[in-house]
Amino acid sequence: MAYTIEVNGAKRTVDVDGDTPLLWILRDELDLKGSKFGCGAGLCGACTVHLDGKAVRSCLTPISTVASAVVATIEGMAANPVGRKLQAVWMELDVPQCGYCQAGQIMTATELLTRNPNPSDADIDAAMTGNVCRCCTYTRIRAAIKKAALIPSTATSIK
Amino acid sequence: MTVKSVQSHAARESSATPHSRRVFLKATVVAGGGLLLQAALPSLARVAMADAAAFSAGDAASLNAYVRIAPDGIVTIMSKNPEIGQGIKTMLPMVIAEELDVDWANVRVEQAPLDAAKYGQQFAGGSRATPLNYDPLRRVGAAGRQMLVAAAAQSWNVAPSECSTEAGVVYHRESGRSLAYGALTAKAASMPVPDLATVTLKDPKRFQIIGRRIPGVDNAKVVTGQPLFGIDVTVPGMLYAVFHKCPVFGGTVLSANIDALTALPGVRDAFIIKASEANPSADPQGLSDGVAIVANNWWAANRAREKLNATWDEGPTAAQSSESFAQGAAKLARGEPASYLRRDGDVASSFKGAAHVVEAAYSYPFLAHISLEPQNCTAHFQDDRVVFWAPTQLPGPGAKLVAATLGIAERDITVNMTRTGGGFGRRLRNDFMAEAAWISRAVGAPVKLVWTREDDIRHDFYRPAGFHFLKGGLDNAGKLVALRDHFVTFGHNGMLADSAAMDANEFPAQLVPHLEYGQSVMELGVPTGPLRAPRSNALGFVFQSFIDELAHQAGADPLNFRLTLLGEPRVLVNSTGKADPLRDFDTGRMRNVLWRVGEISGWSQRHTLPARTAKGVAFYFSHFGYFAEVVQVTVKPAGDIKLDHVWVVGDVGSQIINPSGAENQVQGAALDGLGSALGQAVTIDRGRVVQSNFDSVKPLRMDQAPPVDVEFLITDNPPTGLGEPALPPVVPALCNGIFAATGRRIRNLPIDVDGLKA
Repeated sequence: MAYTIEVNGAKRTVDVDGDTPLLWILRDELDLKGSKFGCGAGLCGACTVHLDGKAVRSCLTPISTVASAVVATIEGMAANPVGRKLQAVWMELDVPQCGYCQAGQIMTATELLTRNPNPSDADIDAAMTGNVCRCCTYTRIRAAIKKAALIPSTATSIK
Repeated sequence: MTVKSVQSHAARESSATPHSRRVFLKATVVAGGGLLLQAALPSLARVAMADAAAFSAGDAASLNAYVRIAPDGIVTIMSKNPEIGQGIKTMLPMVIAEELDVDWANVRVEQAPLDAAKYGQQFAGGSRATPLNYDPLRRVGAAGRQMLVAAAAQSWNVAPSECSTEAGVVYHRESGRSLAYGALTAKAASMPVPDLATVTLKDPKRFQIIGRRIPGVDNAKVVTGQPLFGIDVTVPGMLYAVFHKCPVFGGTVLSANIDALTALPGVRDAFIIKASEANPSADPQGLSDGVAIVANNWWAANRAREKLNATWDEGPTAAQSSESFAQGAAKLARGEPASYLRRDGDVASSFKGAAHVVEAAYSYPFLAHISLEPQNCTAHFQDDRVVFWAPTQLPGPGAKLVAATLGIAERDITVNMTRTGGGFGRRLRNDFMAEAAWISRAVGAPVKLVWTREDDIRHDFYRPAGFHFLKGGLDNAGKLVALRDHFVTFGHNGMLADSAAMDANEFPAQLVPHLEYGQSVMELGVPTGPLRAPRSNALGFVFQSFIDELAHQAGADPLNFRLTLLGEPRVLVNSTGKADPLRDFDTGRMRNVLWRVGEISGWSQRHTLPARTAKGVAFYFSHFGYFAEVVQVTVKPAGDIKLDHVWVVGDVGSQIINPSGAENQVQGAALDGLGSALGQAVTIDRGRVVQSNFDSVKPLRMDQAPPVDVEFLITDNPPTGLGEPALPPVVPALCNGIFAATGRRIRNLPIDVDGLKA
């Protein structure tokens, strides 16, 4: 059936089965490839998106449950002051190796810094542990979150 | 990260390899007035030889480069190798740009497709990119610069020697004149082509790009979620596929409820694939038996799979299990080895005369690669031609495999290389390419095949398990005088399984007067293959742990015991018997990294650590790199392990090309090794894999990841790669730290925390 959802500020309508996970709507119906398929079981965080600002695993979120919740993906983070500064710091500190998990990492980190602008190491552990980086760039992810926490959420942009 | 210069004990010849034969550089003017430099250089034969077996990198014997300088000064460098997270797409262009003497801000990097005639060897594996390319690519850049200088000098009617370059501009300081490279492209193309063997290279002290922390060229795309990876490919008219293989390796499909599957919503087609129909039949790296389901979207295809009802002939591998392997190995260990890799001195009498004898049995499990991007491939078969968009580490052999499987010509296969969401050696095998092409041919449309995580864990080419039955003898002075290993490994049809071999020179061979490496082989139907630092990732654990046991028995400091074992700085020739500066083992280089890791880790103060907190040390030489590592670990009373800190010291020669990428690789490799030791095993039961997802094969996570300090010792040796060599020593360093903290020796991986309770 038809579902209309708000993704990155735009209303999008898709005609799919209600149990189709949001991840596959984003990737295969809306051509937003930034959210990644890693495990299909909520175990790796590569598919992390925001629903009303809260980080969720889109691979386990049926489209029928999204309703009026506002969906934001990595493609929409340029419009999010916290997401944008994290993207800039991620580039500056050269965090990625293969890069496959990094969209999900940034989505989770954006939620973390939004609700907790000055996280401790323990806060970072608690928030980020659901996001696997197979290349193990954890040292830099931690450093990037701490660095971004020091930057005002206004004056950054992605070149 | 720090970089430290040291004088290496054993002086080496310089890295420069004369390229006097089969070298050519071609300079042409391209449309719009730009200059195109194409170079073909012979590969460093010694490295290429070593690679031939490991990578089957194809027939192309040359290492080509491809550089374009546009009239606006923008330099485009084709990146010929697959980017799998090792940073190659940034690092190799840095080398060319440095010698060309251009501003990095004006460099653009484009991913090249597979084209052996144009680009030569194209692969990602074995930490080979640096040793293969560093010297040749410097020469290409330097030759281009020399031609641009010659062009400017001619325009000014001055001697080239009076000209200098900086950031893409040629200067004649005396007359105050300058010309940008972009303005010289047409003229430069007509200048004499320099001899690459003798072209003048920059003094490394003048490097502007090499040695600088340069972020990945695709970082902006990565952090904004732009489509880059194989799984992100979209082709018009594309259908989506899943492929359900027989759960037992080598099993064949007998029947499937095809009609029920094709009736499901969104499903376009479903069919049985029989590997025996492929040509060649039963290529173990190609097609397997299974059922393909093709649908309008991937979710529909994968959901239809829940309704699949197939019957299989599971074949002989169904009788194999990890348990039966362990029993078989123990039984074989009671007898003599089937063969010997080496026998030095008289081990038996030496044990009889030894003051202390230590015996221990070690084992390690099968491991999956678990690259975060599941295996996938997009293929379009049309009129006996196939176009691929493939995340592969070995595109050339992938094309060969597909040509053989489908019975079409290799020249009719096009491979577009995508960024790859992790390789770790998994994508040195191209089974997904064969599958995608086969399915595309069957449905007559472009197809994107995407495996699930469960498919990925259950249908890998695993790091082979192995068993080592060790005995060591110490004399009265605590010196290691005798060592025996009975290695029980795997084979199939009379051949050793892929990545299941041990080198006759495995450390500490040549350093112990009486030494025997024996080997016995068990039949294996499970596919195996290289995993990051193949062989070394397992053998480092075994030998560096056992050496720790011997040090403990000798009452020696584990670090000093190792220094004593290494002895005087000298070069031990590799197992081919033919000297090779990259592959020979320099005990002096290892002594230096070992000594230094002791210094930076506070090794001598380790006795002040609290109870159940301790440090362990280990070293390993692999992929031409010398690494020594210390892990500090705290074992909690319940047995769970907290990784406190890791210190890594490496020697990979005279130059760290991109310190940012280098540090990232080393930190990642160390943490990767720790993750595998703590939470990863693939268990075989009735010929199939027990584990299925990240809850049973556990990657390391943020809350487990300790800080990793990295230091490089700079020595007068050829620069070598960093994708792998930092991994092997971290596993025994952890296990040795656990022993120091608890008195419990880890002899089997993964680590069983239940055995570590206070």
